[in-house]
Amino acid sequence: MSKQATTNILIVGVGGQGTLLTSRVIARVVVELGHDVKVSEVHGMAQRGGSVVSQVRFGPRVYSPIIKEGDADVILAFEKLEAARWLHYLKPDGTLIINDERVDPLPVMSGEAEYPEDIDQELVSIVPRSTVVNATEIAAECGSSRAANIVLVGVLSRAMDLEPALVEQAIREMLPERVLDINLKAFQRGRELYDTL
Amino acid sequence: MKKLMIGNEAIARGAYEAGAKVATAYPGTPSTEILEIFSRYEGVYAEWAPNEKVALEVGCGASMGGARTLVAMKHVGVNVAADPLFTFSYTGVNGGMVLVSADDPGMFSSQNEQDNRGYGRFAKLLVLEPSDSQEARDFVKEAFELSERFNTPVMLRITTRLAHSQSLVEEGERVDIPLKPYEKNPAKYVMLPGFARLRHVEVEKRMAALAEYVENSSMNRIEWGDRKVGIITSGIPYQYVKEVMSEASVLKLGTVNPLPENLIREFAAGVDKLIVVEELEPVIEEQVKSWGIDVQGKDILPCISEFTPELLEEKLLGQAVEEVFTLSTPIPPRPPLFCPGCPHRGVFYVLKRMRLTVCGDIGCYTLGALNPLAAMDSCICMGASIGTALGIEKARGEEFARKTVAVIGDSTFVHSGITGLIDVVYNQGTSTVIILDNGTTAMTGHQEHPATGRTLSGNDTIRLDLEQVCRAVGVNRVRTVDPLNLEELRTAVEEELAVGEPSVIIARRPCALIPQADLEKKTYYVDTDKCKGCKLCVKIGCTGIYWEEEEKLAYINPNLCVGCGLCPQVCKLDAILAREA
Ligand SMILES: Cc1ncc(C[n+]2csc(CCOP(=O)(O)OP(=O)(O)O)c2C)c(N)n1
Repeated sequence: MSKQATTNILIVGVGGQGTLLTSRVIARVVVELGHDVKVSEVHGMAQRGGSVVSQVRFGPRVYSPIIKEGDADVILAFEKLEAARWLHYLKPDGTLIINDERVDPLPVMSGEAEYPEDIDQELVSIVPRSTVVNATEIAAECGSSRAANIVLVGVLSRAMDLEPALVEQAIREMLPERVLDINLKAFQRGRELYDTL
Repeated sequence: MKKLMIGNEAIARGAYEAGAKVATAYPGTPSTEILEIFSRYEGVYAEWAPNEKVALEVGCGASMGGARTLVAMKHVGVNVAADPLFTFSYTGVNGGMVLVSADDPGMFSSQNEQDNRGYGRFAKLLVLEPSDSQEARDFVKEAFELSERFNTPVMLRITTRLAHSQSLVEEGERVDIPLKPYEKNPAKYVMLPGFARLRHVEVEKRMAALAEYVENSSMNRIEWGDRKVGIITSGIPYQYVKEVMSEASVLKLGTVNPLPENLIREFAAGVDKLIVVEELEPVIEEQVKSWGIDVQGKDILPCISEFTPELLEEKLLGQAVEEVFTLSTPIPPRPPLFCPGCPHRGVFYVLKRMRLTVCGDIGCYTLGALNPLAAMDSCICMGASIGTALGIEKARGEEFARKTVAVIGDSTFVHSGITGLIDVVYNQGTSTVIILDNGTTAMTGHQEHPATGRTLSGNDTIRLDLEQVCRAVGVNRVRTVDPLNLEELRTAVEEELAVGEPSVIIARRPCALIPQADLEKKTYYVDTDKCKGCKLCVKIGCTGIYWEEEEKLAYINPNLCVGCGLCPQVCKLDAILAREA
C-alpha cells in the first residue's frame, strides 16, 4: 500500500555538474511537505567526471534508499548520454527530462567510441512523456552557466507540482548569498520553461 | 522537527549527543564526512591522523584518558589499524570507544570489498549495524553506553548506502559526560604476556555477557508477518527486504556480533523456511548453520557486490525486471578521469611516453592506470608503491630498476610511504620515487594532512617538509619539479633513473580544485589554421579538449579550460594559443 504511494525521482549526470545540490533542494522541499524521505548520493571516485546518480524517494513510509529499475516516476538528466544510460530505471509512464548538454566521455574523446549524436531525439521518440530543455543556455542568460542545475530544479518543480515558494526558500537556505540572485532567476526561468514544453 | 541527514552526519550527531570529546580518523570514502561534520561541533577535539593505525592509537589513549572517543575509517583502514584493535579488545576501555568501519560493497570507491563484520568475531568485539540515519544516531549513542558497560571497544559497521543516504533524524541534546578518572592500571593496559593472559579470560567473560545481553536488546526485533518465509537481515538489506517482501516475517538484527542465538532459534521455529539476506560474506548464515538450523542464504544470493531491491525480487520472488524501452545504439561507458588542470596528468603523460614500469598507489592519480594515459602497472593498497618497486628490483635486478618508478601521492606518502622509502635506503635499493604533491588529499574530497601545514579545523600547524623527510631517511638525491612542465619533469625522471641510488622527485603543484591552485587567468584555444588534426592534444585525456570528427580538428571548450598550459606543450605545430580571460 505505502509502496504505491512512494514517488521516485532519479537525477543523473556527469560528476561535477551539480546533481547533488539538485537532489538536496528537492529533498528539503518534500520534507517540508511532511513526507518520509530518503536520498541516495554518490561521493568519491565517480565524482571525478564519471557517471553520477542521486535518487530521491518520498511518500508516507520509505524503506529502500535506492530506486528499483523500471520504477522512477521522473528521470532528470543533466546530460544526454546519461539520460540514455539510466533510461531502464524509468516507469513505462514516467517523465524524462533531458538537458540538451553533451559531455564526451573518455572513449569518445579518444575516438574509441562514438557519441550517439541524436540520442535525445531517439529518447523523445520512444518515451511518451519526455522533453529536451536547454538549461545550460538559459542559466548563462541568467548570469552563469553554472546555475543550470537550478534551472533544472525549476523544470522539475513543475513536473512534480511543487509549491514555488517552498522551493525558493530551500534555494535560499542552501546557496551562498552572492549567487542567490542568479539562481533565483534561473529557478524562475526553469519554471517558465516547463510551460513551453 | 526531524532533519534529513546522511548516515555519516547522523553518526557524528550521535557521538556529539553521547558526549564524545575526542574523535580521530584518516579520510576514506565512504567514512570521511563523519569527522568533517563532528569537528564543527563546539567543545570537541577532532583530528586527521596520518593513518588509521595512529588514529586508533590516539583513540585508545583518549579512551584510557577517560573521554568518550569516536574513531572512523573505511573498511580497508581497519586493516591498517588492526594491530592496536586486536589488543585494545583485550585491555578494554575507560571512556567509551566507538570505531566506525565504513564498508564499501560494490566498490564505489575502493580497492576491495572485504566484509568487516568478520573483524567482530576475529577481534571479539560487539558489532552494531544500523539500517538508516535515525538508527545510526541511536546506535552510536547506545554503543558508547555498551562500550563502558561491557568494557569493550564497539564497532559500528556501516556500508556506503548507509553512509551516503539521507533520511530523517530526530535530534537530541548533548549530554555532558565528565571525564572518567585516570588511574594507573598496568594489569589492564600493559599487555605483557602475563597480564594479557589474564585479560584474555576477561574478554571471554565479556563475550559471554554480551551474548546474553543481545538476546534482549531492542536493537534486535522480530516483525512477524506471513510465516511461510522468515528473513534474517540487518543494515541496508533490511530496507530492501521491507521494500519487496512487505508481508514476510523478518528478524531484524542490530547486533551482528555476537548474534542472539535464542532469538534466532525462536524465529526459525516460527517460520516454514528461513533465509538470511546479507551482503558480502555469509557471516550470519554460517553461524546459524553451525547451530544445526536449516537456513538458506548464499545458495540463492551473491557474495559479490551490493544488493538492490530488484536483485531481491529476482532471487527471492523470481520476478525479473522487464525491459520497457530499448535503444538502438550502445551507450559508451563514462569512466572517471583527471580534471582539467590536474597536475597528475603531466606526470602520467611523461611516464607513458617513457614506457616505464610504474608501481602505483592509491589516490586520484590511480586514474593514471586508465586510458588514454594508461601508464600504471600496479596498485595494491596505500603505501604499496615504494615497497613493490623495491621488490621488483630485488626480483629482476638493478637493470630493471633503471626503467621502474614508484608513484605515490603526498597524503599516501605520509600515510604509509615513508617506511617503504626507509626500506629502499636500508636495503640498498636504487628506486626512483615520484611523490605527487598536490597539497591535499584530493581523492576523498580535499582533506588536510601533515604536509599541508593545516589541521582538520583549518588551523595552521608545523608543516611536514617532504624534502627534509626524504633526506633524513637517507635519500641523497631529492629534487622538486613542476609536473606541468613536461620538459623539466622528463629530464628529472631520466636523470634519476640513470643513477644507481635511491632518489625522490617531488612533483609539486596544487590540485586544480583547491584555492591554492591560483589558476592562471587565461584559457587556451586551437588556431584552426595551424591545427592538422594529429590528435596529440586529444590523447592527454582532458575533458576541455574535444575532437570534431567532421572537421577533423581539435577544439578547446573555454568553459572547461583552466589554463594549465599542458596541451600547448604537447602540440608539435604550436597551434594551441593562450587567450587572456
Ligand atoms: C587504508 C586506506 N585508507 C584510506 C583510503 C582512501 N584513500 C584512497 S587514496 C587516499 C589518499 C589520496 O591522497 P593523495 O595520496 O594525496 O593523492 P590525491 O588523491 O591527492 O591525488 C585515501 C585517503 C584507502 N584506500 N585505504
